[in-house]
Amino acid sequence: MIFGMNPLLVVTLFPLLGVLVLLVLRPQWKNALRWTALATSLLTFGLSLWMLGLFNSADGGIQMDLNLPWFYLGGTSIAFHLGVDGLSILLVLLTTFLTPIAILSTWKSVEEKVRGFMIFFLLLETGMLGVFLALDMAVFYIFWEFTLIPMYFLIGLWGGERRLYAAVKFVLYTLTGSLLMLAGILWLGLHAGTFDLTALTANNTLSLTQQLWLFGAFGIAFAIKVPMWPLHSWLPDAHTEAPTAGSVILAGVLLKMGAYGFLRFNLPLFPQASIKLAVWMGILAVIGILYGALVAYRQKDAKRLVAYSSVSHLGFVMLGLFALNTQGISGAVLQMVNHGLSTGALFLIVGFLYERRHTRELNAFGGLWKVMPVLGGIALVVTLSSMGLPGLNGFVGEFSILLGAFGANPWIAGAAALGVILAAVYLLHFFQKLFLGPVTQEANLTLKDLSARELAVIVPLLAVIFWIGLYPKPFFTLMAPAVDKLLAVLQAASAAMH
Amino acid sequence: MMTWTDLLTILPTVCLIVWAMLMLLAGLWMPKRAEVIHPFAAILGLAGTGAALSLLAGKGLQGFGGMVRLDSYAVFLDALFLVSGVLAVVLSPAYLKRVGIDQYEYYPLILLSLSGMLLMASASDLIMVFLSLELLSLPLYVLAGIARPKLESEEASLKYFLLGTLASGFVLFGISFVFAATATTGFAAAAAAVQAGTAHMALLLAGAALLIIGLGFKIAVVPFHFWAPDVYQGAPSTVTAFMAVGAKAAGFAALLRLVLMVFAGEAGVIVPVFAVLAALTMFGGNLMVLVQNNLKRLLAYMGIASAGYMLMAFVPFANPAVQADSLASALFYLLSFALASFGAWAVLVSLEQADGSGMEMVNLSGLGRRAPLLAAALTVFMLSFTGIPLTLGFWGKFYLFRTAIAGGYTWLAVLGLLTSVLAAFAAFRVIQQMYFKPGEPNVHPSYWTTVVAVFCALCVLVLSFLPGELFTLAVKALIGA
Repeated sequence: MIFGMNPLLVVTLFPLLGVLVLLVLRPQWKNALRWTALATSLLTFGLSLWMLGLFNSADGGIQMDLNLPWFYLGGTSIAFHLGVDGLSILLVLLTTFLTPIAILSTWKSVEEKVRGFMIFFLLLETGMLGVFLALDMAVFYIFWEFTLIPMYFLIGLWGGERRLYAAVKFVLYTLTGSLLMLAGILWLGLHAGTFDLTALTANNTLSLTQQLWLFGAFGIAFAIKVPMWPLHSWLPDAHTEAPTAGSVILAGVLLKMGAYGFLRFNLPLFPQASIKLAVWMGILAVIGILYGALVAYRQKDAKRLVAYSSVSHLGFVMLGLFALNTQGISGAVLQMVNHGLSTGALFLIVGFLYERRHTRELNAFGGLWKVMPVLGGIALVVTLSSMGLPGLNGFVGEFSILLGAFGANPWIAGAAALGVILAAVYLLHFFQKLFLGPVTQEANLTLKDLSARELAVIVPLLAVIFWIGLYPKPFFTLMAPAVDKLLAVLQAASAAMH
Repeated sequence: MMTWTDLLTILPTVCLIVWAMLMLLAGLWMPKRAEVIHPFAAILGLAGTGAALSLLAGKGLQGFGGMVRLDSYAVFLDALFLVSGVLAVVLSPAYLKRVGIDQYEYYPLILLSLSGMLLMASASDLIMVFLSLELLSLPLYVLAGIARPKLESEEASLKYFLLGTLASGFVLFGISFVFAATATTGFAAAAAAVQAGTAHMALLLAGAALLIIGLGFKIAVVPFHFWAPDVYQGAPSTVTAFMAVGAKAAGFAALLRLVLMVFAGEAGVIVPVFAVLAALTMFGGNLMVLVQNNLKRLLAYMGIASAGYMLMAFVPFANPAVQADSLASALFYLLSFALASFGAWAVLVSLEQADGSGMEMVNLSGLGRRAPLLAAALTVFMLSFTGIPLTLGFWGKFYLFRTAIAGGYTWLAVLGLLTSVLAAFAAFRVIQQMYFKPGEPNVHPSYWTTVVAVFCALCVLVLSFLPGELFTLAVKALIGA
């Protein structure tokens, strides 16, 4: 504890301190603004490591609990309640890890309105951290909705050609789901007489019918965010039109908010409904895996290809979650992190190319390996990691998920395994189109390889990609007790149903 | 004989009327150069009334044999009216000068209309309701046309007058039915007659229907809303800002008290009617917001949709467990609506040109660059109308929907929530126009309009962190206490 402050509160609110500094700086001092934002996000990362140091990985419950009463509404208290457990800590670290990387990637690409960009980025960080740490439904909802505003402006002001369309589509899709979730939150809060998640989990009196309705209300909001097929159509537009840093955060963290929502709300609060619907969720997940992979293969725009690959990868995450067993759920949690790293890195690679050539057409490139060997090597590792090559991070997550899925339903798992092959197809296609073959276009002959700053952006990602691939144990250790606790809830619900 | 207490209960109204009369008289004699004094005089009058009100608050005074009740409900609304009066006055001078409205009657008329609103909040007798309705409406008809000889303004005035009289006619007709059914015009006496079973139920219901229609015009719920966009568009912007909040709140003040005190026994018939009206208004209002390209009409429809949300929370009023919340959530939302609405109109006031143009969506292009403060403020108001967190509007909707769900109307709440997506589309269109579309908007931000916009925006943002106090305030604003 620093000055007796709760580490979670410090981590969540620290980016706002950076916002205050940015507001004081003059808009023309672009480098000062950039360094301030970077320093803030790096310090936030440092603070989150301090939080990790205080975390007891043997405990599956909520830790570093902070419960500040806020106000009463009609006899129900709403409290600013934060807490971290093995399910959320990795996502918190992912957020604080990716944010400085994303900020550093904007040095050259964001030249206009730098101050606004950095302010929105840090606001977004606070919003995302709040989502992962909030334990009061009203506070969770506030953070959840709040992330919309900075992301809307990031896409709308600094995005690509069709940014207006993409920004509005992103907001409207998410909002539709969120409002259904709000109805669910209000109903649940009234029914249980509390908005507090720990109290709700501990004392669950919902009947199966009620659980099914609430599963729907919350589930649609989360499924849109993940996104699950068939609610995914906002994603390719938002990811493609967002500025590179925005895409990194969108894919890396914002999508995880949806999967995390299932983990934090649907599974523990509506366990019977989750068991009932597990097969259907699994089927939707597999459709997403296959659909995303097939559509990704047919894309001509590199960024769109990566965007669709997210639909496929998040399908794996959902498949793991709804396997409802240890391997499935812990694989899913790890795969959330993996996807954040690998897809984040893929977006960065496309961004590097776009900054040099101002196009993202796959056909505009080819043979870049010869011109940019360093980027080529890095891209190869990232592509293979995204594909799930053993020794790299993607393999560990996908393998664990498939193991879990086989335990739950071999047919669905079999179909999903097909997705692994398809991933190899579209990702190798991606790599081959960009880096292999002869250099067909003259403009590509003079491209400069990665600068020191660009290396600083992407090397940390590579390091963690290798780390998880070679030695994933610490990651599983962090989440294991929390996953066990969640499974105990599910098993109790399953026993009660029979 | 009029007693001392009688006088005290209507003291705020009397203060405003006397002060308005004095201002009118003084205006006759005042030289042209001294006209800057009018707004100050008006503020002074409002402050004096506010002081009188604060002395009377919490006493639960009743006067004229229960015809006027200065209960905590009335005090809450009176405070709201006075604040909107102050905001309207502060917005006006620069605007009036720019568009060339040069009538010293403007400020006294605002005060007179306010006096009607104040009376409306305490009216506990049908005759009182009618009197205060006329008292608040007649000055508004004149104000709507005060930009004479501008045709749009005159048209708005005439339209408002014709539909206003129609509404008054409905109210008066309804009153006569209720009188026929219960042989009284007093709320308490009528309720007692219903309790005792001496009331003629069919006549009473007919009276209720007519009264709901009449007041429905005033609060502009679908399908009695169609005058609002036209009048809002034609009337001078500052007048519209005032009536968009004041007239709507006054209509609600009367409707809620009337239904709770007199027609609570007829809930079986009234509840489905309210449910349908609320659903129609939320859906229709938000749907029509989508296609508006004129900013005044856009705000008009946002106001209509807001009335729908308030009505939604009022649907389960007959359920004793949620009755207090029904009332409190409507009052709380009214407060958040008033702040956002006044702020948004302040931005529009700065955008309006002397000839009345500049009110189209395209005129917002580039506002984010040209007038960052106004654009940021308008963004806050749009988010508040939508109900996005960290605005007061979010807690407003949160409470309204919570009340509807607590009352067992989950379907209505879900419908309301989904129509919020339409509202979001419209709101984000405005934000997009200001920030993402390039342009050189012709904006005249005067010092005081900017102050109003920024003040309202800060209130909407900052109060969203401390909603607890406001909730408590709204919950305490009970009828008859």
